[in-house]
Amino acid sequence: MSDKVVYMDNNATTRVAPEVLEVMLPYFSDLYGNPSSMHTFGGQVEIAISEAREKIANLIGASSDEIIFTSCGTESDSTAIFSALQAYPEKRHIVTTRVEHPAVKNLCENIDKITGHKHKVTSLPVDREGMLDLQRYEESLTDDTAIVSVMWANNETGVVFPVAEMAAIAKSRGILFHTDAVQAVGKIPIDLNVTSSVDFLSISGHKLHASKGIGVLYVRRGTPYAPFLIGGHQEHGRRGGTENVASIVGLGKACELAGERMEEENTRVKALRDKLEKGLLDSISHSMLNGHKTERIPNTTSVSFESVEGEAILLHLDRFGICASSGSACTSGSLEPSHVLRAMGVPFTAAHGSIRFSLSVYNVEEEVDYILEKLPSIIQNLRDLSPFWKGNHSGAVGSSQCKCSC
Amino acid sequence: MWNYTDKVKDHFLNPRNVGDIEDASGKGEVGSLACGDALTLTFKLDAEGRIEDAKFKTFGCASAIASSSALTEMIKGLTVEEAEKITNEDIAEYLGGLPKEKMHCSVMGREALEAAVANYKGVPIPMAQGELVCECFGVTDLEIRRAVLESNLKTVEEVTNFTKAGGGCENCHERIEELIMEVRKEARDEAKSEEAPKRLTNIQKIKMIEDALEREIRPALRKDGGDIELIDVDGDFVMVSLRGACVSCAASQTTLKEYVEKKLREQVLDSLIVEEVKT
Repeated sequence: MSDKVVYMDNNATTRVAPEVLEVMLPYFSDLYGNPSSMHTFGGQVEIAISEAREKIANLIGASSDEIIFTSCGTESDSTAIFSALQAYPEKRHIVTTRVEHPAVKNLCENIDKITGHKHKVTSLPVDREGMLDLQRYEESLTDDTAIVSVMWANNETGVVFPVAEMAAIAKSRGILFHTDAVQAVGKIPIDLNVTSSVDFLSISGHKLHASKGIGVLYVRRGTPYAPFLIGGHQEHGRRGGTENVASIVGLGKACELAGERMEEENTRVKALRDKLEKGLLDSISHSMLNGHKTERIPNTTSVSFESVEGEAILLHLDRFGICASSGSACTSGSLEPSHVLRAMGVPFTAAHGSIRFSLSVYNVEEEVDYILEKLPSIIQNLRDLSPFWKGNHSGAVGSSQCKCSC
Repeated sequence: MWNYTDKVKDHFLNPRNVGDIEDASGKGEVGSLACGDALTLTFKLDAEGRIEDAKFKTFGCASAIASSSALTEMIKGLTVEEAEKITNEDIAEYLGGLPKEKMHCSVMGREALEAAVANYKGVPIPMAQGELVCECFGVTDLEIRRAVLESNLKTVEEVTNFTKAGGGCENCHERIEELIMEVRKEARDEAKSEEAPKRLTNIQKIKMIEDALEREIRPALRKDGGDIELIDVDGDFVMVSLRGACVSCAASQTTLKEYVEKKLREQVLDSLIVEEVKT
């Protein structure tokens, strides 16, 4: 591997901002008190947590008492969905989408095992650009619907759903609304004072330059709530467990920075993303964009290259220190390409050859140029190897009576 | 990230023998775009019937490309008969091993070779003749049976790792389960008592001991006017009580050890110890 690292996998995780690390460090050394303690030594830690809570609330237009600290985005998602199901035990219907992150998708698919009774789950389809049909969404809601859980922005394609509108529709029907916003918070402006129908919102620290192991669940004041982790009185009895102080303080700083850098994210970073995307689509034939061109977070692009396979592309990129990810089957160890691309109806020839680049404010133009210099020849070399590229592989013999319905 | 060996990385980054042989003696195509990997293999025989050249084209991940490249290197210089003996395990071994989730890449290599040989001989591809079990990835029972037998597979997950069967809609999992049971039972029957000690639950053990007693041992003893009753099983100790003519028979201890214990060890567990309890 090369010494150089060009990191464009920020939807997977981000670097902890140096400013964030700096404010975290004292809480690993001198300031080790327990915020629940009665003494001043612990009490000063409680003050730091309150300040962080305030900064996080500011970024999303919430009040600090609506912020509950959790261990990760997944815990936030589970807490929200179980809260709704406990609040309305007689309601047995959940509405979600086919492109959710596994944190929501797998939970909904397995929810019967945990609650011990049957639920109906409606997973809304998306179109070729990854967008939802709002009329279909509205029609899916019933009196039996306990909660709607819809991601704000998709991790693989960056496509943004019309969450404000969807939440308002749910509210008008008396249905709780949760959004997994881990890819949206810090990348696009969110104001829950305006988007006033969202009841639950999940945040993950490590997606916005804070550390791993810290998440937030926003719970709108007055929303029925049941704790997921039951224990001590922390978070006003809403989430047991001693606070992850350093990470909470770090997340506060990260949210403050994200607010300051929001404009840069949506101008400079977006321009870099667009340059990369256009450059790849222009210089590599038989390539295509996955996801809606404009309804997208500014840092993400998913591009597919026909007749080649994603893992092979990633490993070649890796030689040049370029970090990206793929929706190909082989990268995950599963045998089928990403459920997001399949739900969008991306043809197999492209789904297996998809590459996602996700940028951050730490990326610079030289890095985009570097990728544009390296990737076209990687694709060409792999295509020279591929029987589907100018080849005549019939794909109909041996173990290839393949008729995947996926 | 996959933990690939240096040899896999080398064959992936510097693939040997890429291309198509125009006037090939045999040509095999396996896989498809939908499945996520595919391979075209061509080979050419020299005047002595040895493979003088082999080339491949592969769509797939690093281990699929490396397996294909390795295969072409392995078969060069071999006769068709020799090449036919190459298994997917041989390909994996040549590469210094593959992650278990990637074993199907080596299986694909072998199947391409079989398809190319069948093409050369002008016969149908043997593995494609069976019952189609996995519709998603087009895998037949013959391919599954062979993988289970040769690589000693025990679970559906392992079968999926090796053949891809069951990796899609999962509707065929039950059938794969049946095939594993069938193949393993056949293998067991063949291996008979040579097999390693099995792990049995107490209930399975007692049931199997009772079966063996009822089916074979008691009828044999009854012929001589004797009988046997199972009193208890405690770990490997099988407590029995002799009845009828056996009670007074001078040879009863020999019968117990040489016949009853031997039979139970053969049919149930070779660690069993039969002891007589007087009741």
